[in-house]
Amino acid sequence: MPSSVMPTSRRGEDSQSSAAVSTVGLRKSYGDKTVLDGIDLHIPAGSVFALLGPNGAGKTTVVKILSTLITADGGQARVAGHDVATSPDGVRAAIGVTGQFSAVDGLITGEENMLLMADLHHLSRSEGRQVAAELLERFDLTEAAKKPASTYSGGMKRRLDIAMTLVGKPRIIFLDEPTTGLDPRSRHNMWQIIRELVTGGVTVFLTTQYLEEADELADRIAVLNDGRIAAEGTADELKRLIPGGHVRLRFTDPSAYRRAASALREVTLPHSRLRSSGGTPIDEALALRIPSDGSQRELRSILDWLDSAGIEADELTMHTPDLDDVFFALTGGTDQPKEAVR
Amino acid sequence: MSTHLASARPARLSLALRDSATMLRRNLLHARRYPSLTLNLLLTPIVLLLLFVYVFGDVMSAGIGGGGADRSEYIAYLVPGILLMTIGGTLVGTAVSVSMDMTEGIIARFRTMAIHRGSVLIGHVISSVVQSVISVTLVGAVGVAIGFRSTDATVLEWIAAFGLLALFALAFTWIAVGMGMVSPSAEAASNNALPLVFLPLISSAFVPVDAMPGWFQPIARYQPFTPAIETLRGLLLGTEIGDNWWITIVWCLGLAALGHRWSKAVFNRDPK
Repeated sequence: MPSSVMPTSRRGEDSQSSAAVSTVGLRKSYGDKTVLDGIDLHIPAGSVFALLGPNGAGKTTVVKILSTLITADGGQARVAGHDVATSPDGVRAAIGVTGQFSAVDGLITGEENMLLMADLHHLSRSEGRQVAAELLERFDLTEAAKKPASTYSGGMKRRLDIAMTLVGKPRIIFLDEPTTGLDPRSRHNMWQIIRELVTGGVTVFLTTQYLEEADELADRIAVLNDGRIAAEGTADELKRLIPGGHVRLRFTDPSAYRRAASALREVTLPHSRLRSSGGTPIDEALALRIPSDGSQRELRSILDWLDSAGIEADELTMHTPDLDDVFFALTGGTDQPKEAVR
Repeated sequence: MSTHLASARPARLSLALRDSATMLRRNLLHARRYPSLTLNLLLTPIVLLLLFVYVFGDVMSAGIGGGGADRSEYIAYLVPGILLMTIGGTLVGTAVSVSMDMTEGIIARFRTMAIHRGSVLIGHVISSVVQSVISVTLVGAVGVAIGFRSTDATVLEWIAAFGLLALFALAFTWIAVGMGMVSPSAEAASNNALPLVFLPLISSAFVPVDAMPGWFQPIARYQPFTPAIETLRGLLLGTEIGDNWWITIVWCLGLAALGHRWSKAVFNRDPK
């Protein structure tokens, strides 16, 4: 039976205190398109959890369900000890959400946005002013406080957004792609802000498309692909799953490219990884991708093999592991494109 | 359990009041910061008022007065209708601003906060009614400036007239909020709300219902604007009110209830 009658009683505090967020078999579909196909998560309180995935993987949908914005079609989700379906207000009182698209009121000033949040959290007038001023100061917005939020830059809007989220002192913060669309400096600022949040003891649930970002910030990372969790673990655990970057060969002469592509497909390759997945042609760019862990030894063996096969690329670049590599690793490479499965 | 409920109810009510007041402040701030939309919408009734009085006034007076009447009689006839038309114009602004607001990220934020859920809509409605009352007052002042005078209306009748205008604005604002909620864009909202501007044109605002074609009279007679205009005329000018007052109240209560349910249902749907 649902225990929603006693929201923050013993059950919420003791047995569930280890989990800030937990879900079992979360499902959601729009029409006949399945967006989430059974998501199980267990996020300990006080940790940073990153949900990593490409566009359209369902990251935002997970955040929307956990933050009570939309309802799931199936499965269970508990946030801060409350069931999102039966006790949404209990969840809402414990969380703060900064969405992918800025949740600020552009028509009013930054300061007015902050005071609006203070009013909605029922702070007294003086307390509200104090909290607003402190947070504006902390996020370097004091100077812009009297300007309409619509005139802010992307980075400023995102900072205001997070500042507004913090007015209610949430225990769990959802950050949906907090750095998407930010320039490198703003991105690093945002990372610093997120790290500071964590030292305050809050649980952070963030979504990102960037492995680097998850690596920088998260204690645990789950890779979401096609509505399912493809892998979950610490950054190091995940990296062990990744074959480790690749070498990219680019050609200007189409016939040289075709020769190289067929050679890659046929030849027994000099090291095991090449043998297993082969080179991946990227047609439009006349480029080939050869998996590689980036070690000197492996690079030398690739170069030796290229020489012996008579392949001369016009450009050779090394790529460190990125989300593409995670997906090639977790979904079995591009030999079987996803379209074939559908 | 029962003590819980007893203490929960006043807490819920005070939460609702407090959050609605906050949302109202936000909406009024928008209106004050960006008054151009509201002011633009005032232009239509004022232009129509001046057009009908100064350009068509002599003909219209002759039409309603049966000859020998002068322009001032038509001013008296026209102003109550123009005042209700002003409300119709403000409603377009309401629909547009609601639809624009719903696309803003801040609404998603409100939905994830432990606030009274209806407060977002209540803020919009009250702010819109306030703007309607201000608009009606401004247009009324123009009417007075060009010669409109009430004929021996008592204080009570003035209060009733204001109450009628406010009730009418409240009822139609809920409908306009619903129209704004289901409109994907500002343009769509403006189009969806257009009937609220057209309805006064086929009411007794400009010409008496008797002067319209016979088959059309029942439509003009019982659509919400005509009874409201006739009631307002009765209160301010001492004409016959008849059954118009309760038809108006039935319309207002019905539309308010319908608009409220509609808007709430749309708001409680999962956002896209």
